[in-house]
Amino acid sequence: MITFEAVTKRFPDGTLAVEDLDLAIPEGEIVVLVGPSGCGKTTTMRLVNRMAEPTAGRVLLAGTDVRDVPAHELRRGIGYVIQQIGLFPHRSAAQNIATVPELAGWPRDRVRARVDELMALVGLPAETAGRFPHQLSGGQRQRVGVARALAADPPVLLMDEPFGAVDPVVRGQLQDELLRLQQAVHKTIVFVTHDIDEALKLGDRIAVMSAPGRVRQYDTPSAILARPADDFVTEFLGAERGLKRLALIPVSQVKADPGPAVPDGAPRADAVRAAEAAGTDWVVVLGPEQRLLGWVWVADVAERVDGSAAREFWLRVRAEDSLRAALDAMLSTRTGVAVRISGEDRYEGVLTRELLTEEIV
Amino acid sequence: MTAVARRFPDWDWLASHGGEVAAQLSEHVELTALAVAAGFLVAVPLALLARRVPPLRGPLLGFTGVLYTVPALALFVLLLPFVGLSRANPVIGLTIYSLLILLRNTLVGLEGVPAEVRESALAMGHTRRQLLWRVEVPVALPAIVAGVRLATVSTVGLVTITALIGYGGLGQLILRGFNRTNATQLVAGLVLSVALAAVADVALAWAQRRLTPWQESRTA
Repeated sequence: MITFEAVTKRFPDGTLAVEDLDLAIPEGEIVVLVGPSGCGKTTTMRLVNRMAEPTAGRVLLAGTDVRDVPAHELRRGIGYVIQQIGLFPHRSAAQNIATVPELAGWPRDRVRARVDELMALVGLPAETAGRFPHQLSGGQRQRVGVARALAADPPVLLMDEPFGAVDPVVRGQLQDELLRLQQAVHKTIVFVTHDIDEALKLGDRIAVMSAPGRVRQYDTPSAILARPADDFVTEFLGAERGLKRLALIPVSQVKADPGPAVPDGAPRADAVRAAEAAGTDWVVVLGPEQRLLGWVWVADVAERVDGSAAREFWLRVRAEDSLRAALDAMLSTRTGVAVRISGEDRYEGVLTRELLTEEIV
Repeated sequence: MTAVARRFPDWDWLASHGGEVAAQLSEHVELTALAVAAGFLVAVPLALLARRVPPLRGPLLGFTGVLYTVPALALFVLLLPFVGLSRANPVIGLTIYSLLILLRNTLVGLEGVPAEVRESALAMGHTRRQLLWRVEVPVALPAIVAGVRLATVSTVGLVTITALIGYGGLGQLILRGFNRTNATQLVAGLVLSVALAAVADVALAWAQRRLTPWQESRTA
C-alpha cells in the first residue's frame, strides 16, 4: 500500500532526518513508527502526504509516486491527525468534520449525512455538532479531529502522537476506540508515537526507529518483544518484556488444561485420583453443567467432596482476556492456576505457569 | 460682540442652525467612512504582500509608522501641492493615518493563526488560496475588525483637524464656535464628535461579535 524506496530526507539546514529508508506498509494494517524524539519518525510519516518531500528516493502510494499527484489532491485522500489537532476555531464541530467533503465539492445533503454518520462512529453526542472547538472537552476535540480525518473516507490515515495531549484515562479510552474503529473501517494507518506501550497496544506491526530515520526492527509487537533485533531495540522496549508480551496474547491462544476437576458430591477416592493425576493437592469442584463452584484441599475432603465448602477463585479469565490477566489470576490464589470460564461461570479448564512459559519462550 | 453670542446654551441658535449641524455631522461621517474604507483597501493587500514576501514586512510597517508620526496639520499642508484643497486632501491624509493601525492589526491577525491550524488545513488538501480565504482570514478576523474599530475612532478625532483646511465636519462647528466665541456652537461640535466616536466604537464592537460568534469571550 505505502512503500518507501531508498528514501533520504535532508532539511535545508543540513539536518539529516531520514537516511536511505526502505519500508513497506501493508494495506489495512496499523503500522506504528516508534522511537525517541528526533529519530525522524514524524518526518517519515509526513513524506507520505508530501508535507515533507524526499531529497532522494521515492514514496509510493498504491503503486504511484506521491509526487506525481498535485499535493492538495493527494492530501484529500489521506486523513491526518496531529497531537495539537489543529481544529479550525471559527468552524463548529460539524463544520470541521465537513472540511474535506466540502473541499471535494460534495453536495450539501451528502455532506450532512456523512457528518452525522461520523459523529456517531467516533462517539460524539449530537448536541456537540454546533459547538465551536473551544466549547468542547479535550477528548471531544480529539474525536472531532479523528472524524474530520475520516470524513472523505480516505484509504490512508496518518496519525502523529494523536493522543499525546490528553490525560492517561482518556488516552486509554481513545486507544480502545481507535482499535474498535479500525475493526469497522479497515484503514491503512501510519501511527507515530514515542510511547512503546502505545505502540505495542495499537500496532499490527511496529517499526522501531533511531536517528536518522533508520528502522532498527520492523515486525509484529509479539515478535519484537520475543526477539529484539539489537541492543537499541532491547533498551527501547524497556523492562518487563515478558509481561508486555503476555499482555498481547489472548487466553484463547493457549490450550487450557482440563485440570483436577471433580463433580460436587464425588467420593473422596475420585478426588485423590484426580489430584494425583494433575500433580496437585487440591481439586476443582464443579456443579451441574460444568458450573464452577470453587476448589478444596484434597486433605480436607471427608467422605465426599462438598461443594458448599469450596473456596472461591476470585479472579477468573475468559477467552478474550490476555495472558497477563491470567498471570494475575494465578498470583491471586493458593492453587497457583488461572481458571478459564465462559458464560456466567462455566468451567473450561485451568492455565498453569508452565503453559505460559511454553507460550512465550 | 453682542450679548446674544455669549449666552449659553443658546437654544435659538441651535433651532435656527439645525440644518447646518446635521450637514456637518454627515460630512464628518462621510470623511471618516471614506478614509477608513480606503485605508482598509490599501492595508489588506499590503498585509498579504508582507505575508507572501517576508522581507517586506519590516519596511512596510516602518514606512507606515513614519507616516503616522507626521503631525496631522503638517501632513494636510504637505498634500496641498499635489491635490490642492480638493476633498482628496483630507481623505488622503486621513487614509494615511489609518494605514499603520489597519496594516499592523491585519498582519498580527494573520500571523496569529496557530501553526497547527495552518498545518492541518494544508494536510487536508487546502490550496494556498483556500488556506488564505477559508482559514487564515476568518481566523484573523477578530484582529482585523479590531483594527477597523481603532482606526475608525481615531479617524473621527482626526477629521476635526481638517477644519483648518476648510473641511472638518463637526470640526467646523468647533472652529467657528471658537472664533465667534459662540459657546453653543463649539459645545455642539465637541459633544457630537465625541458621541460619534462612541457610537462608532459600540457599533463596530457589536459587528465584531456578530462576525466572530466562535470567539471565546474575553474579559480584556
